[in-house]
Amino acid sequence: MRDTFIRELTELAAGDPRIVLVTGDLGFGVFEEFARRYPRQFLNAGVAEQNMTGLATGMALEGRVVFTYSIGNFPTLRCLEQIRNDAAYHDANVKIVSIGGGFSYGQLGISHHATEDISILRALPGLTVVVPADVWEVRGATRALVNTPGTCYLRLDKSMAPATHRESDEYRLGRARLVQDGRDLTIVATGGILAVALEAAEELSRSHGLTVRLLSMHTVKPLDIGALAAAARETGGVLTLEEHTVEGGLGGAVAEALLEQRAIPRAFIRVGLRAGFSSAVGSQEYLRTVYGLDKRAVVGAALGMLGR
Amino acid sequence: MDSKDLAKRIRKHALRMTSAGGSSHIAAVLSMADLVAVLYADVLRVDPERPKWPERDRFILSKGHAGAGVYAALAERGFFPVEKLDTHYQNGSDLSGHVSHKGIPGVELSTGSLGHGLPVGAGMAYAASLDGRKHRVYVLLSDGECDEGSNWEAILFAAHFRLDNLVAVVDYNKIQSLGLVADTIALEPFADKWRSFGWEVREVGGHDHAALKPAIAAASTSGQPICVIAHTIKGRGVSFMENTVLWHYRTARGDEYERAMRELQALD
Repeated sequence: MRDTFIRELTELAAGDPRIVLVTGDLGFGVFEEFARRYPRQFLNAGVAEQNMTGLATGMALEGRVVFTYSIGNFPTLRCLEQIRNDAAYHDANVKIVSIGGGFSYGQLGISHHATEDISILRALPGLTVVVPADVWEVRGATRALVNTPGTCYLRLDKSMAPATHRESDEYRLGRARLVQDGRDLTIVATGGILAVALEAAEELSRSHGLTVRLLSMHTVKPLDIGALAAAARETGGVLTLEEHTVEGGLGGAVAEALLEQRAIPRAFIRVGLRAGFSSAVGSQEYLRTVYGLDKRAVVGAALGMLGR
Repeated sequence: MDSKDLAKRIRKHALRMTSAGGSSHIAAVLSMADLVAVLYADVLRVDPERPKWPERDRFILSKGHAGAGVYAALAERGFFPVEKLDTHYQNGSDLSGHVSHKGIPGVELSTGSLGHGLPVGAGMAYAASLDGRKHRVYVLLSDGECDEGSNWEAILFAAHFRLDNLVAVVDYNKIQSLGLVADTIALEPFADKWRSFGWEVREVGGHDHAALKPAIAAASTSGQPICVIAHTIKGRGVSFMENTVLWHYRTARGDEYERAMRELQALD
């Protein structure tokens, strides 16, 4: 996803001198071409994320469209007040990019697990929060964010779902993508873990005869409430899936929206982290297994939700 | 209007505003009144008719709690009517206790949490230098504010990138919230610290207009960003507020207000 993002941004920067990329001293080997082609549009701010975000705000107030970049929680939690008081409060065109959502940096430990970022960033007024699932969504989101006013958060993953878009699909920020339709339940997923949702949907169909509507909710804020309400009305239950805490992220957002819209699903469950800090050591895939985010866990949660 | 006159007006407005509204920080405004007056009377190239004039100098009050001082200066410079100052801190007003950009022409950045102004100013200065622009960026900080590490990130950055269009002015009144700076977290040797971080430092009496103007306005001679350490007196202008910790937070009411206003009027 990271390479796709950089490639897309490199193309966009060619025709748009407003675009600036600021890294917090990360991205070894990744920015060479961007920096070479657009030296005045690239900046390494060093290991100083609060300053990086302040700089980005200052440059954005002077007319730039500034992408800040780091990994895990560094471009977000480390400089949250700057994102809130400086960037967001001034509607500044600052697009915060994190590579390493969820357990992407599994073995590196909890300092590098971005597992509360969606909840925290979505609480900020005016933020756009995007968590793409695959290459196609990364490209679409990157393009869309350049032209989305204000402060945005783009959470990239080291895992990716395989391509599932149709030729005729158009990426639309704020609109959930219908990956496949179904009636027995809806799985709403955000991020690379859509891959697990696809596998689970396939098994639920093959082994249990259930048809699954699968929504890629790449934009967590603003949420596509229409698609969610329809899913609540038209299918047997709603399961949310995120490589992230269940508290206040995608699951929380969906629950809030459905309840207030009076679009009460017949059944509902949030699949995400519930266990506290993720101290187990292992790869992203291994940690999904340990913390109940793998195919088996999703299938189990779906069946449990439906009372089967 | 000259800078001394503006300084007097700022002091009187600020006393009225903070007392009427019940907000605090009067002493923090009084210590910087001369700095703000020299900036707005003599140094800043700004146009009240065109608050977003692209060639303007940018000024950021990073010690946002002293916002009343900047509001007063902006009003006296004609960015908005002086009468609007009476609404400070009142329900429904645009003039919040910490300086805000919303609805107030001439304010570049809303501040209130310390340590935010210099990074944003550095970003503005960096963009200006990339574009070969001629305007400058001024950021006014408090001394206690320099406890915040985010400032030092910006200080490292600005020196590394030789942002000689950036001027940090420190209102060094030696008192912070609960006591003296020297007893809280000592900043001395303060000038040495900025110098060692690669800035061009100018130390000056913070109430001496004749010295302040060249200290703030003169171009960098080293190609490095400029730090003006202005030695000031907290509460300057009101004898019983000077050099006290108490008046960082206290609001002047009744008799105290009358005495303070009489002293400020006697400066005329």
